[in-house]
Amino acid sequence: MAETRRAPRTPLTYVLRVIVIGYLGLLVAWPVVLVAWNAFHVPDVGFTTEAFTEIFNDPQMMHAIQLTCVAAVVATLINLLFGVTISLLLVRTEFPGKRLLSAMIDLPLSVSPIVVGLALVLVYGGRDGWFGPTLESAGIQIIFSTPGIIMATAFVSLPLVIREVIPVLEEIGTEQEQAAASLGAGSWQIFWRITLPGIKWAVIYGVVLTLARSLGEFGAVKVVSGNVLGQTRTATLAVEEKYLNFDQQGAYAVAFLLASVSVICILIVFVLRARGARVR
Amino acid sequence: MLWFSLLVLIPLVAVIITASSGGWSAFADQLTNEQTASAILLTIRAAIVVTLINVVIGTVIAWVLVRDKFWGKGLLEVIIDIPFALPTIVAGLVLLSLYGAESPLGLHWANTSTSVYLALAFVTLPFVVRMVQPVLEELDADVEEAAASLGASRFTTFWRIILPSLTPAIAAGAALSFARGMGEYGSLVLLSGNLPFKSEVASVRILSAIENDNPEGAAAIAAMLLAVSLAVIVVLDLVQRRMVRRG
Repeated sequence: MAETRRAPRTPLTYVLRVIVIGYLGLLVAWPVVLVAWNAFHVPDVGFTTEAFTEIFNDPQMMHAIQLTCVAAVVATLINLLFGVTISLLLVRTEFPGKRLLSAMIDLPLSVSPIVVGLALVLVYGGRDGWFGPTLESAGIQIIFSTPGIIMATAFVSLPLVIREVIPVLEEIGTEQEQAAASLGAGSWQIFWRITLPGIKWAVIYGVVLTLARSLGEFGAVKVVSGNVLGQTRTATLAVEEKYLNFDQQGAYAVAFLLASVSVICILIVFVLRARGARVR
Repeated sequence: MLWFSLLVLIPLVAVIITASSGGWSAFADQLTNEQTASAILLTIRAAIVVTLINVVIGTVIAWVLVRDKFWGKGLLEVIIDIPFALPTIVAGLVLLSLYGAESPLGLHWANTSTSVYLALAFVTLPFVVRMVQPVLEELDADVEEAAASLGASRFTTFWRIILPSLTPAIAAGAALSFARGMGEYGSLVLLSGNLPFKSEVASVRILSAIENDNPEGAAAIAAMLLAVSLAVIVVLDLVQRRMVRRG
C-alpha cells in the first residue's frame, strides 16, 4: 500500500528534495554541528575537553546544573500526575466548561515565556504580588527562589503529557474498564491494571518531551529566578551569562551538554515511535 | 483543577487586570510608546513573514517526508524536531555560530533585524511540518489516481485535490507558528543584540519594563501578546473541530 502511493519520480521530486535538504541543512543541521565542534575545538590549540573539566570543577556551575535537573524532574513529576488526571477527566467525564478547559490546556504552548514569567511574578511576587506577601509572611518565598523556577517550568511544559495521552485514551475506549468493573474491580484497581498499561507509551513520550522542555526553559525562568549566582541560576541562564562575559568556550560547552540531552530525548521518542508503529 | 487555576488561570488574569489598571488610555499609551511600538511592529512583521515561509517550506518538507523515499530520510525526521527540543538560548547560540561574527559562510547577521527573522524561522520550523505530515499520510491515494486518470495534470491534482484537504492542517500549523513567533525570546537574546528600533522584539520590551519596575507597561505588552495567543487557541479549536467532522 505504502509503495503504490509514491508518485513517479520526476525532476520535480529531486528539486524538492534538494530544497528541503538545503533548507534544513543551513538552518538546523550545520549550526548544530558547529556548536558541537566549537565546544571541543579551540582556535590555535586544537581539540580539548578543557572547557568541560572547568565546568565540572566549578561549584557554581555544578549548582546551576543541579538546580536545572531538580526543577525539571519536579516539574515533570507534577505534570505527569496532573496530566494523567486531567486527561482522564477530559476524556471520561462530562462537565460544563469542558470545551473551554480543553482549549485552555493548550494555552501554555502559545504564550510567550516572558509573559508566563510576568504573570507568575504579578501573583506570587514577594513585594506586591496578589498572594506573594501573604505567602512570604508564612515563610514561603516563591519568586526569586526554587519554587518559582519549578512553577515556571511546570507552566511551560504543562500540555505535553496531556496532548500525548488524550488521543490514546479516546482510542482505547471504555470496554475493558467496564468489563473489569462488572467483574468487581475497584476504580483504583481498574486504573492500575487496565487504564495505565493502555496509555503507558503515551505517558512515556509525554514525560520525555516534558523533561526535554523543562531542562531547556529559559525565558520564564529568567523572569522569576532573579539569576542569583549559586542560588537560582540555572544551566540555561549560565549559557547566556558565560557568552556575554566573553567565555565563549564555556558557553559552547554548557550549550553542548544541554543540546545533547535534548537530542537524546528526541532520539528516544523517535525510536519508541518507530517501535510502536511496527507493533501496530 | 485548583492547581491549574493557581498555576495558569490566576496569573494570566493578573496580567490582564494589571494592564487595565490605569484605564484604556494608560494601556494605549504604553503600547504607543515609540520604542515599544517599533518593537511590536518588528515582532508582528517577522512573525507574519516567518509564518508565510513556514506555510510554503513546511508543506514542501512534509510532502518530501511522506512521498519521497531516499537514504537519510530518518535523519531529516530527527533534524525537524531539534528546534522543538533545543533550549531556546542554545538555539540562539547555535545560529550565532553559523550566522554570527565568526561565520564560516561570511554572513554577519548578528545584531541586525535579519537575525530576528532567522531565529523565528528556526524555532517555528516544526509546527507546519508536524501538523501537515499525519494528514498527508492518511490522504487517500485513490482520489489522486482518479483525478490523474481523468486527465488532470499533476499541478491540477495538487491544487484541486491535495491542497484543499491539507488546508486545515496548514492553518493550524501557521497559527501555532505565528503565536510562537510573536512570543519568542530565548533564541533572540544572544543573536539579535536587542538594539532599540532595530532588532528589539516585544518580549524583550516586556522584560526591560519588568526590570525598570514598570509592571503596568510590561503587563500592557503582555496582554497584547496574550490576546494573540488566545486568538490562536480559538483558531486551533475551530480547525480541530472541522477536521474531526470531516474525518
